[in-house]
Amino acid sequence: MNDTICAISTALGIGAISIVRTTGKDAIKIVNTIFKGKDLNKVNSHTIHYGYIIDKEEIIDEVLVSVMKAPKTFTVEDVVEINCHGGIATTNRVLELLLKNGCRMAEPGEFTKRAFLNGRINLMEAESVMDLISGKTDKARKMAINGLRGSTFDLIHNLRQEILEVIASIEVNIDYPEYKDIEEKTLKSIKESVDKIKIKLTKIVKDSENGKIIKEGIKTVILGRPNVGKSSILNRLLDEEKAIVTDIEGTTRDIVEGQINIDGILFDIIDTAGIRKTNDIIEKQGVEKSLSFIENANLIIMVLNNNEKLTPEDQELLEKIKNKRYILVINKSDLARKIQLSDSLEKEAIKIDTLNKEGILPLIEKIKDLFNMEKLENSDLNYISNARQIALLKQALEVIPSIYNGLEQELPIDMIEIDLKEIYNLLGDVNGESYSDEIIDQLFSQFCLGK
Amino acid sequence: MDQYEIIVVGGGHAGCEASLAAARKHHKTLLITGNIKNIADMPCNPSIGGPAKGIVVREIDALGGEMGKNIDKAAIQVKMLNTKKGPAVQALRAQADKVTYPKEMLKTLQSQENLTILEAMVEDIIIEDKKVKGVVLENGTSILSDIVILTTGTYLKADILVGDRRYRSGPHDEKPSNFLSDKLKQLGFNIKRLKTGTPPRLDKKTIDFTKASMELGDKIGYTFSFENEPNYDVDKQEPCYLIYTNKRTHEIIKEHLNESSMYGGYVEGVGPRYCPSIEDKIVRFSDKERHQLFLEPESLYYDDIYLQGFSTSMPHYVQEQMIRSLPGLEHVRIVKYAYAIEYDAIDSKQLTQSLETKIIKGLYTAGQINGTSGYEEAACQGLIAGINASLNLEGKAPLILKRNEAYMGVLIDDLVTKGVIDPYRLLTSRAEYRLLLRHDNADIRLTQYGYDVGLIPEERYKKFKQKLKDIKNLTQELKNNKVTPKKTVNEYLANIGSAELKDGITLYDLLKRPEISFDKIQYFYPNKYSKEVYEQVEINIKYEGYILKANKEAEKMLALENIKIPENMNYDDIKNLASEALQKLKEIRPTTISQASRISGVNPADIAILIVYLKKEKFYE
Repeated sequence: MNDTICAISTALGIGAISIVRTTGKDAIKIVNTIFKGKDLNKVNSHTIHYGYIIDKEEIIDEVLVSVMKAPKTFTVEDVVEINCHGGIATTNRVLELLLKNGCRMAEPGEFTKRAFLNGRINLMEAESVMDLISGKTDKARKMAINGLRGSTFDLIHNLRQEILEVIASIEVNIDYPEYKDIEEKTLKSIKESVDKIKIKLTKIVKDSENGKIIKEGIKTVILGRPNVGKSSILNRLLDEEKAIVTDIEGTTRDIVEGQINIDGILFDIIDTAGIRKTNDIIEKQGVEKSLSFIENANLIIMVLNNNEKLTPEDQELLEKIKNKRYILVINKSDLARKIQLSDSLEKEAIKIDTLNKEGILPLIEKIKDLFNMEKLENSDLNYISNARQIALLKQALEVIPSIYNGLEQELPIDMIEIDLKEIYNLLGDVNGESYSDEIIDQLFSQFCLGK
Repeated sequence: MDQYEIIVVGGGHAGCEASLAAARKHHKTLLITGNIKNIADMPCNPSIGGPAKGIVVREIDALGGEMGKNIDKAAIQVKMLNTKKGPAVQALRAQADKVTYPKEMLKTLQSQENLTILEAMVEDIIIEDKKVKGVVLENGTSILSDIVILTTGTYLKADILVGDRRYRSGPHDEKPSNFLSDKLKQLGFNIKRLKTGTPPRLDKKTIDFTKASMELGDKIGYTFSFENEPNYDVDKQEPCYLIYTNKRTHEIIKEHLNESSMYGGYVEGVGPRYCPSIEDKIVRFSDKERHQLFLEPESLYYDDIYLQGFSTSMPHYVQEQMIRSLPGLEHVRIVKYAYAIEYDAIDSKQLTQSLETKIIKGLYTAGQINGTSGYEEAACQGLIAGINASLNLEGKAPLILKRNEAYMGVLIDDLVTKGVIDPYRLLTSRAEYRLLLRHDNADIRLTQYGYDVGLIPEERYKKFKQKLKDIKNLTQELKNNKVTPKKTVNEYLANIGSAELKDGITLYDLLKRPEISFDKIQYFYPNKYSKEVYEQVEINIKYEGYILKANKEAEKMLALENIKIPENMNYDDIKNLASEALQKLKEIRPTTISQASRISGVNPADIAILIVYLKKEKFYE
């Protein structure tokens, strides 16, 4: 881990300045060999220096170089950052020069890994940084930063404290059995505490799963019979002509995808082949694929044609999606009404007209509504979106029924306590307050340690 | 000059177990005590056992120690505690006769082969080249030995404190040891000052017991030792009595608070959090209107009553007022006043898991010198020190019990890994794998170890193996035997308040029902095993899910236990450790990652770094 690594730490092509960052014991020495300006070996820590990056005699770029010496840096090693001004090509040249002079290209997350291994950040923070690196939208980044600030940590920490209080009161009963003045912990009082713990834990899990969806993008599938206007809806949403729009049934054989960003939340939208009974082999594959998308979708936009009667295929699709999160859309509201719906479906359906540019707005409003985005916007984003953490939280939640079972069977309180301790330990693994070898395994896989 | 293989200094509960274990393992052993009359003395509470502690006594017995057998000879009231709770936390406690207990222990020691008892004070240890070579007595005589076990209790520079008075003395006005702790300090041990206290003793004849509520022993006979059968009359046990402090008591204490040694600022030592003095209780729990006190008989041979829960360091005249404010004690004669005692102890972090000191080879310590409190805590350390000192002489690896194997393992691991601030008392909450460390299965957990080290005789071992076999067979039989939903069966089940059967069910599964115990099963199944075998099998079946859970947790710990840290590890080479972790690791020098992870101040990130380092350096694959 003593070698010196480098990487471009800003998104390429975005913004006027790109930063090339290096860290490791030779960071200052290596940058100094390609820097024309002050002798960086002699400058103070946490100072910025103006000069040029040179390749032999050739000037590559006019730069500002920040020198930060160990240990007060992100990685706890020497860190040098080169602020380049010359666009993508020159930034890449600067990077190549560093590589030529003894730096190694950093692996994804390697700066964070060093920060963690050097004790600069805890595991939780490290995971948040990893999320930050792979976060796709601004909101996902915010969540990651929030994790960094430790509000997730506090959330779990407080719940653990609550559980610990119940555990402690049970233990007092055990260790001081003959002290009649100590309130005997009854199953009823334990149940009251567990009820509260369950509500909080459930909320954390739900919020976290929502958080995960937000981070990874909401998988949205547009579904419906051929020629009901699915592609038009996608195009309106994408605001560009990506899918083929035609009146010939079954034109969209391939799955057409696009991404839209509604109020900072990413939607991965998939336009499926129109679903109808077909013998055409290529189209048949498309249809099968569409059905499989239903399984994995977070949101289904089911499209019906205002101008046609409900078909058995429509009925079948409605049946298939009824347990999923879906929006029922009646397209072509400008045409004559022929469709007939049950009262409940009629009530929830929204009517749009894709020929009209404004016609798509009710759908967007509905999507916002469905994901409670107003609230998301204002909430403090206390989400735990890391897969390992969510898995642990769910595991903790799965212990709750065992507690209720024990309470119902009137098992001794010290047995109930075993389950409470399990939840306590699992939550400790989530926020890094307790130690478990699984964290280490996770670390080895995520940070590829142990070379 | 006299020479022994093992010398034990101190004849308290630790010293008795240590010297017996060593002598029983055929080593020529010398036990040196300041006063033979005080061997196995009980200077504080007249009882043995209780939550966690009672389980330790059974563990001592399973390993071949003496405490369980001895208390069985001296019990005057026996109770199983926590019977309304699960099997894991139930524990025996006996009121001990303070005359019989030491007398019986002395008999055992005196009839033990290879064991010599010497009445003398040890004032120096002979050290050569960081190895122990013997001891020097107060009169200047040297006695040689390659192993010395210090079990000096509260005698190192002991001071008795009563009010503003402080005078150098051991318990019962016995002579303290004035120079040994200075010698230990010179050798490089960190010496701490600890404090403990004992309540007053009252004259039974002057107490009005009608104002107290009687607390009787259990109507079922129990024994601590797995080898003994109950042979006392359950109806002729001595009673204890319960009373409460009152407003008047609290007023007196508050009024005179500054006259107590503790609050008058006369105490240097740190007192036990789990056994606070009455003035501590009043100050710390000021909202409580009353505190519980027990009146416990000390012996059948004299009339002293121990006032449990009322330890104090108030001056005598205040004690009189306090005590006489209590119900039934208005006219009581105080036989012995309460006092606090301060004494020197070593830093237990300077010990290895075998209880050998890290800085002097061949020197072991056990009991209160290591910062613990309690007879049982002392005895189990004495036993382990005695066993490990012997194994050391025999060139064998020490016996180190893990946290999932015994309370003793928890205690010693806590001592050497975490150290103590106040006198350490065992609590069930200190054991993470409590469900595995039950009083009923202490023999199953530890008899094999006791046999392997040579303290369990062949005959007892055979019986133990038979018990294991019976448990296995009974479990299998219950799995093989099915009951069907016949009319008679369902009538029987309805009769005992259990749900009727719809399909056939094995007896094993039937026993899982909370309302079905083994005696209910016997309707279907003939009784052919011992009570203990049924008990084991029933617990295993009833709490199967929880036991599995506990085992799984323990396995996690054991996996880390398997990652050994080399003895010569240079922590300074790992440059990325947090500085607090680095300092703690260097001080404690854990032997495994598991132990390292239990050190306070060593965080998960430090553990990760440590593992990465071990992997990198190929210490561990």
